[in-house]
Amino acid sequence: MVGYLVVLLLVLAAAAYWIGRTRAIASVNGDVARLHSLPGQHGMFLALFAAGPALLAIVLWSMVTPGIESSIIADRFSAELSGMGVPQVEAFIRDARAMAFGGLVGFADPTKEAAAAVYKSIHTTSAWIIWAVALLLSASGFYWAYSRIAQAYRARHVVERVLRAFLITCSAVAILTTIGIVLSLIFESLRFFQQVPLYKFLFGTHWSPQSAFTGAGAEAGAVNQDIFGMVPLFAGTLLITFIAMLVAAPIGLMAAIYLSDYASKSVRAVAKPVLEILAGIPTVVYGFFAALTVAPYFRSMGESLGLNVASESALAAGVVMGIMIIPFVSSLSDDVINAVPQSLRDGSAGLGATKSETIRKVILPAALPGIVSAMLLAVSRAIGETMIVVMAAGLAANLTANPLEAVTTVTVQIVTLLVGDQEFDSAKTLAAFALGLVLFCITLTLNIVALRVVQKYREQYD
Amino acid sequence: MTDAIASFGAGRRPVSIHTDDAAKARLKGRYRAETWFKWLGAAAVALAGLFLVLLLSTIVTQAIPALRQNYLTLPIDLSAAKVDAAKLDAVNYDAIAQEALTAKFPDVTSRQDKRLLRGLISTGTGVFLRKDIAADPGMLGGTVDYAVPLDDFADLYLKGLLADVGSDEAISTSVTPSQSSGDIDLTFGDDAMLALARGHGATEGENGMLTLTSGASSLLVAFNGGTVKLTALSPGANGTAVAKGTVIEALDSTAPAASGQAFLRVIDTPEASRKISDKVIVWLDTLKSAGLIESRFNSIFFFTGASREPELAGIWGAVVGSFLTMIVTLAIAFPIGVSAAIYLEEFAPKNRLTTIIEVNINNLAAVPSIVFGLLGLAVFLNFFGLPRSAPVVGGMVLALMTLPIIIIASRASLRAVPPSIREAALGIGASKVQTVFHHVLPLAMPGIMTGTILGMAHALGETAPLLMIGMVAFIVDIPGGFTDPATILPVQIFMWADFPEAGFQQKTSAAILILLVFLVIMNAIAVILRRRFERRW
Repeated sequence: MVGYLVVLLLVLAAAAYWIGRTRAIASVNGDVARLHSLPGQHGMFLALFAAGPALLAIVLWSMVTPGIESSIIADRFSAELSGMGVPQVEAFIRDARAMAFGGLVGFADPTKEAAAAVYKSIHTTSAWIIWAVALLLSASGFYWAYSRIAQAYRARHVVERVLRAFLITCSAVAILTTIGIVLSLIFESLRFFQQVPLYKFLFGTHWSPQSAFTGAGAEAGAVNQDIFGMVPLFAGTLLITFIAMLVAAPIGLMAAIYLSDYASKSVRAVAKPVLEILAGIPTVVYGFFAALTVAPYFRSMGESLGLNVASESALAAGVVMGIMIIPFVSSLSDDVINAVPQSLRDGSAGLGATKSETIRKVILPAALPGIVSAMLLAVSRAIGETMIVVMAAGLAANLTANPLEAVTTVTVQIVTLLVGDQEFDSAKTLAAFALGLVLFCITLTLNIVALRVVQKYREQYD
Repeated sequence: MTDAIASFGAGRRPVSIHTDDAAKARLKGRYRAETWFKWLGAAAVALAGLFLVLLLSTIVTQAIPALRQNYLTLPIDLSAAKVDAAKLDAVNYDAIAQEALTAKFPDVTSRQDKRLLRGLISTGTGVFLRKDIAADPGMLGGTVDYAVPLDDFADLYLKGLLADVGSDEAISTSVTPSQSSGDIDLTFGDDAMLALARGHGATEGENGMLTLTSGASSLLVAFNGGTVKLTALSPGANGTAVAKGTVIEALDSTAPAASGQAFLRVIDTPEASRKISDKVIVWLDTLKSAGLIESRFNSIFFFTGASREPELAGIWGAVVGSFLTMIVTLAIAFPIGVSAAIYLEEFAPKNRLTTIIEVNINNLAAVPSIVFGLLGLAVFLNFFGLPRSAPVVGGMVLALMTLPIIIIASRASLRAVPPSIREAALGIGASKVQTVFHHVLPLAMPGIMTGTILGMAHALGETAPLLMIGMVAFIVDIPGGFTDPATILPVQIFMWADFPEAGFQQKTSAAILILLVFLVIMNAIAVILRRRFERRW
């Protein structure tokens, strides 16, 4: 229903453009040169004011109404819903909405049917309201703008100012996203830290939130604070990241060196796309590869050597993650190595150094800050990587440094805590946000440090 | 210089430190180090290539079997006695198909075996049959030959993925059965069978008795139109061998089979470590040799939604979900990303605010994708109350994630347009906005499009944030709109990879293959755009 309204407004805008244009031309009797702004700009001006405010109102309306409607339903049926937990109420409202507008209904009962009927009538009312509001805004905007169109009217300035405001708003979306991330993580984490103290979360060595509610009887629902220690997760993350970097750093760096200084044009023409394809493969594919090919391979290899390798060993996840990061390391290192000026290479060659000596003694030291920064970015990437570890690493939190055992990581735990049926108020799900906050902070710090390393230690050669 | 030094020594040329033996050795060492280093670099590149080949070949070899599905043609009785044309929806079509199958094996009598036999055909048979009858009522009224999809285990066996089966080999001695059905004794003319059984993991007992447990290979003897599975062997009188066996398919007669008339089939994978029993294998081979089984292009996989049954699981629902999600992502990320890039590159004054925005965008590009999922969960689902599992929410989350990529690519592209274009436009009286929108933007558009496509390809393969907003739900229906519950390709891959059924491993690989095909197409378009329209100034 509101979809029709949007279409109608777009049609109105097109009409307004044409009307504005015609009126502008008519106001100077066809002598367009006498207009301050082009006829098209007058048309744009009219269209903007005829449809813009109404469209904004619709966007606002569609963002706000679901919440308002839910709260009205919860309010009307407060008697029936009293005594239910938040998730049950949410499920009730979700089902009522599904029954009213079609969708997957959990199960139906008379109360829900009544709620669905109320839902429908509320929604119809609110749709009528937005129709009225939008049409009113559109008509008044059109009337106001139409009366302004005249020979000397500076329509272009208005249009360009509106456009610039739009552009600024778009760039602000990036900031809004960051603010949204930070706020949502911090708020949910604060709720978590009200139930579990920060020091127990950061320094506890036991992690098993699946058994969050151990209390019974009078203590039912009490949160066991000692099972939210994230040290094992952090250790597991570092272990897998370490293995990944062990694979990715030498291979990525050597590949970059070879491609920039040794490879012939034809080799480069093949090798570069190979690395790009490796970079373009979705992580879920790497995860599948790790879980179904690499992990069993390591396991059987370990067996033949008499070692006991877990089927979800940190080694398999780490190695595959390393493969995933190779192109990342090599493309960043490639940029850095290419940024070292040719004069340094020529100077070294002039002194009689071989190519490898030039690279090891001149280029690498000169590029070191950039390479360190590339490695830090790669570490940040590995820590935040999710799908490979979700599919190939373990679920149980082991505090171990043995790469043959199964460990779990921060990202794996976020996924396991939040996938499936969840009550949004439990310490269990809130813990995922606390983990997310930790993850965000670590990767942000690594990125900033990487940036600072380059800024601070880079040699200016030119 | 060497000459100058040499002239000091009367007559004898001293050897220069650059040409003496030590220097030669040093030089050799340096050159060796050089070669080593070079080969190390080449090895690194080769290793990366090897990984790629390994990854792709694993996926492709696993995916190929999933592209075909085995169908069993059964004479299905759709006469009025079975199917009431007035009440087509009330008919149990599964039962009709199962009856047609059991009719093929009249000597299968025990309840357990019957159930095993019925399990050969897919549980979705009834649905297909009903759909086809609805489409073509002419099928009703008689017996029609109808191809039903086989169950996943049967299908996998026929593709050779479930058990290693040797070919039939003629037994070069006579075989005499004691009975034609039930548990019987077989007498072999010589004791060659004993050595053979030993070689296939039979357990040694007293008096040279050999027992073939479920941990050993299965030895099947086919003769007289039936099949016997050997369970134990022992040496008989006069160099013969006596075997105990279970008849899987009844023999026509108890007449002895002459040398070369009986055939031995060895299934190397022990029965205990495969998911298909000897009986089922024999039945399937019988059906196959009767020419009733045919392998067809797997249209179920390509054109249906998800299912718990591997043979009924399709990818189409996920493809549609991915498509809807990508539309939302593109509709949000492209205009906002390009606008932001235009503002930052063309209009923004150099002040603290714009610096903050720039740093911000670079940092956003490095935020782990799962954090965007948390944002979507907390803001879109819990704060705004948008529906779970919906493409619209998934698209919004992915749009926020792709935004920095598009902004960075668009800015680079805008920066590449030379200032002379802007100056010329401004010089003939265009406003700043007109300059940008009429001249700079069109010239930068190929680069922007390339960056956008690459960003979208990245978004298409993204999984983690969508797990957070509930797109991991098991959804059978094909989504019809932006707010319907849906799943997307990478999430479908993730879910299938987790399913324990053997058949899903091939389906997962095939789904990955489809995802990779889409990615290749998108990247190819980006490359073509770059080649075609990129302009060097």
